[in-house]
Amino acid sequence: MSKLAKTSLPPIAALLLVVAAWQACERMFDPPKYLLPSPLEVVSAILKDPGKLVRATWRTAIAAVAALAISIVAGTLTGLLFSQSALLRRSLYPYAIFLQTVPIIAVAPLIVLWLGYGTASIVTVAVIISLFPVITAATAGLTHLDPLLVDFFTLHHASRWQTLWKLRLPTAVPSIITGAKTSSGLAVIGAIVGEFFTGYGTNDYGLGFLIRVTADQSRTAELFAAVLASTALGVMIFAAVSSAGAVILNRWYDPAH
Amino acid sequence: MNSGVATLNAATISLRSVGKAFADKPPVLSDVSFDIAAGEFVAIVGPSGCGKSTFLRMLAGLDRPTEGSIMSHDDANSVSRTAFVFQEPALLPWRSVTANIALPLELEGVPRLERNLRVHECLSLIGLSDADAAKLPRQLSGGMRMRVSLARSLVTRPQLLLLDEPFAALDDILRQRLNAELHRLWLEQRWTAVFVTHNVAEAAFLANRVLVMSAHPGRVVEDVAVPFATPRDEDLRSTPEFARFVGEIARRLRRTDTPALPAGLNPAAF
Repeated sequence: MSKLAKTSLPPIAALLLVVAAWQACERMFDPPKYLLPSPLEVVSAILKDPGKLVRATWRTAIAAVAALAISIVAGTLTGLLFSQSALLRRSLYPYAIFLQTVPIIAVAPLIVLWLGYGTASIVTVAVIISLFPVITAATAGLTHLDPLLVDFFTLHHASRWQTLWKLRLPTAVPSIITGAKTSSGLAVIGAIVGEFFTGYGTNDYGLGFLIRVTADQSRTAELFAAVLASTALGVMIFAAVSSAGAVILNRWYDPAH
Repeated sequence: MNSGVATLNAATISLRSVGKAFADKPPVLSDVSFDIAAGEFVAIVGPSGCGKSTFLRMLAGLDRPTEGSIMSHDDANSVSRTAFVFQEPALLPWRSVTANIALPLELEGVPRLERNLRVHECLSLIGLSDADAAKLPRQLSGGMRMRVSLARSLVTRPQLLLLDEPFAALDDILRQRLNAELHRLWLEQRWTAVFVTHNVAEAAFLANRVLVMSAHPGRVVEDVAVPFATPRDEDLRSTPEFARFVGEIARRLRRTDTPALPAGLNPAAF
């Protein structure tokens, strides 16, 4: 309990300090509401219609988690493919980097054009953004093997399949988890970017749509509330992936380290 | 001396003018020829860079000689069952002790029931309790991990056991204890063993033959029979004969050292 207090009290105190300073600035300079709402105004924007914010957050969460799951599976499979052939890796890896460098803002409307309005487009945008870290991490983990263990498997006539299943994949688990952690935040960002360009249907929208509409209409307090919800969602998904990863890694590394 | 009992369970090895060179570099090994009889325990000592590890890898079939030929066979087969004990335990950290020992049998497709039986047999052979058997490698001491690595090699019932400085990282007392255990296992099972080491006393205690190598390129310069009867025990180490023999091997080893260094400077790490 005291350990928990030790790790969680300082950031909470820092947050309270910033919020207090923000509220104080509001009092002193009194900027227009559409430029900078006060913390209290943001809170009242949340409380005015909490159901709307929760529904939007839930929508975005589902899209982000789906995209993250697809990225973890597809990224690991790509890494498996790359680990089986150096030629394949050299031929295709440069194109995987496209995923990292593509300006998603430009591509997202195209995807909506191709896949239509709704979940498919949003999840696709999120996958494009969150796939690359898993591919790199999985490829690195699947190809950097302990040379002694490679010798051992060769000496005992292990098949390609056995080496993959009993050596490569378990060796890569820690790096795949690291990749998934990086991707978890990106999946949320990707889902929000996707929702910028399309909704899920009439009266059903995610945080991205909410952010766009409130920004367009200068409902800044509500915009702040949506941004806050986005950030909280990102942190929550990251925390979930981190703790799942810690449980799995417990078997790989000494928890004392 | 070696009692020379050749059994079906041990490999015979013959090397004929074996050389090994890696591209664009001076040869690592040059013109190495000798035979190892079934059930012999041969220790190889030599300075760093004499190609001892390359030599073991070639015996294991993990690497090919660029010159000459290596044959390792038993009476029935042209290729013998080989196991390798590395410098490090090289265990899979996510597998329990039992699952680690079972790994080579899994790879070779031994049915589960027989696998369990043989793993259990091996556990008692190396003195691991059932509680230790369920642990992960990280929960064991360095010496225990090396024992597990040894068990993982023996579980395949090898005809040829190759050991690449397996105890180099352990402290002296532990090393001597594991030497005694290895000696006992060899007497019981009588595989052919090739043991690479920097430690001359270890070679003298374990082997019935010591090959002394020189470096640049690696060659076998001495082939010395070890004059101590088996079984051997810890008392052997404190006899004057043992000290004299170790001293003699160490002297011959020093003679092989590269003469380019100034007198009095001896880099050989033993």
